[in-house]
Amino acid sequence: MTQLSDKVVARLQAEMQVPDLTGTRYHLVRYLARGGMGSVWLVEDTVLQRRLALKVLDLIAPTDDLAARLLQEGRILARLEHPGIVPMHDAGTLLDGRAFYCMKYVEGQTLTQHIPNKSLPDKLRVVERIAEPLDFAHARGFIHRDLKPDNVMIGAFGEVLVMDWGLAKVSASNLKPAENEIATVVLPTQNSLRVTGTGIVLGTPGYMSPEQARGDIAVDHRSDIFSLGAILWFMLTGSAPGELPVAAGSVPRPLRAICEKAMAADPRARYQSAQEMTADIANYRNEEPVSAYSESLLERAGRVFARHRTAIVLVAVYLLMRVLFILFEPR
Amino acid sequence: MNKVLLGLVLGAILGAIDGMTAWFTPAVRAQIAGIVIGSTIKGMIVGILIGGFARRVQSPVLGIAFGLALGLLLAFIVALMQHGYYFQIMLPGGIVGLIVGYATQRYGRGSQLQRT
Repeated sequence: MTQLSDKVVARLQAEMQVPDLTGTRYHLVRYLARGGMGSVWLVEDTVLQRRLALKVLDLIAPTDDLAARLLQEGRILARLEHPGIVPMHDAGTLLDGRAFYCMKYVEGQTLTQHIPNKSLPDKLRVVERIAEPLDFAHARGFIHRDLKPDNVMIGAFGEVLVMDWGLAKVSASNLKPAENEIATVVLPTQNSLRVTGTGIVLGTPGYMSPEQARGDIAVDHRSDIFSLGAILWFMLTGSAPGELPVAAGSVPRPLRAICEKAMAADPRARYQSAQEMTADIANYRNEEPVSAYSESLLERAGRVFARHRTAIVLVAVYLLMRVLFILFEPR
Repeated sequence: MNKVLLGLVLGAILGAIDGMTAWFTPAVRAQIAGIVIGSTIKGMIVGILIGGFARRVQSPVLGIAFGLALGLLLAFIVALMQHGYYFQIMLPGGIVGLIVGYATQRYGRGSQLQRT
């Protein structure tokens, strides 16, 4: 029997991953990226003649759990219609039995690729825009659970999109009866967050909240607040929390305090909503007091001066001129 | 505070301060009350006009330029009436106009907010 080399095996495996789009309205264009559950391909919708991103499960292990989870992700995306969430277009099963869904093809960069050389206000505005769809999803009972820089896309026109809702959790009250079955497959009632059917911890270390890492059942939207804080930290320092020691002065103290509050070990000590966190970020941008940080008198004076510097300088010039007139005016 | 009211208040305060500094000039100290009242009224007129301009034109640069020009113009008229002290009257008048022009653009509430 002839043995195949590793290279040939790898090549065969890669070929097997190519989705069979026979019988669908899609035409394969090229491979795009690898996701947690499968791969993402660029396809052409032959009817509407537009390009879409098709996410399909790996052929190798198309378990019912994974198929249900992919379908669940599709359903979540379909329900979350927001400019900051990639729109869903279609879902189904291919001829080879693999589950798939189609979404808008976003041309742009991930947050990781986007942030170098961006100014601090630009970075803060991006965090605020990540928080918008997150807040929207939380209000509808969805928790992302895998928020990280690689799951945020910045489009060609600067639009910010939160991607990959594959690990999203749906609160039970938000499900229709038919969807409950799927939800219980994806989110079993016991230890659901710690171990999946394949024995993989859900989430990404560094961006995952402590309660999610512990496998607590009662993970709520504040877990995403932790991840948002970790993203802010990443954007300020260039590394995930805990990855590298950061010099004390490199991050402005109020922003450090915002990160620390968002990433508090106890969810009750965190911001209670994404909106609350972005309000603090906006306060910092506008040189207003940040609720997470108690400033000293000197810092407050510095902030007030920075905020009103033009007005203060103008009044000072006026008063100085008046004093000079009094002192040197001929009597 | 809306832009016109802010202009009025600022113009009045700065105008009054402007007038009160005349106390340090012994030659005009006797007319201090009239000077303060006149200067305050001048400041209020400048403030109202600059505030009105700021309501229509949302531009810090144009607001400052208009404030400066109006402050200088009114101060020039006052100096003309005084037959002198052009520098001493026009420089503070110009700066007062500049401050009011900036402040109404930066801190005044827009008229569109009042209509809603």
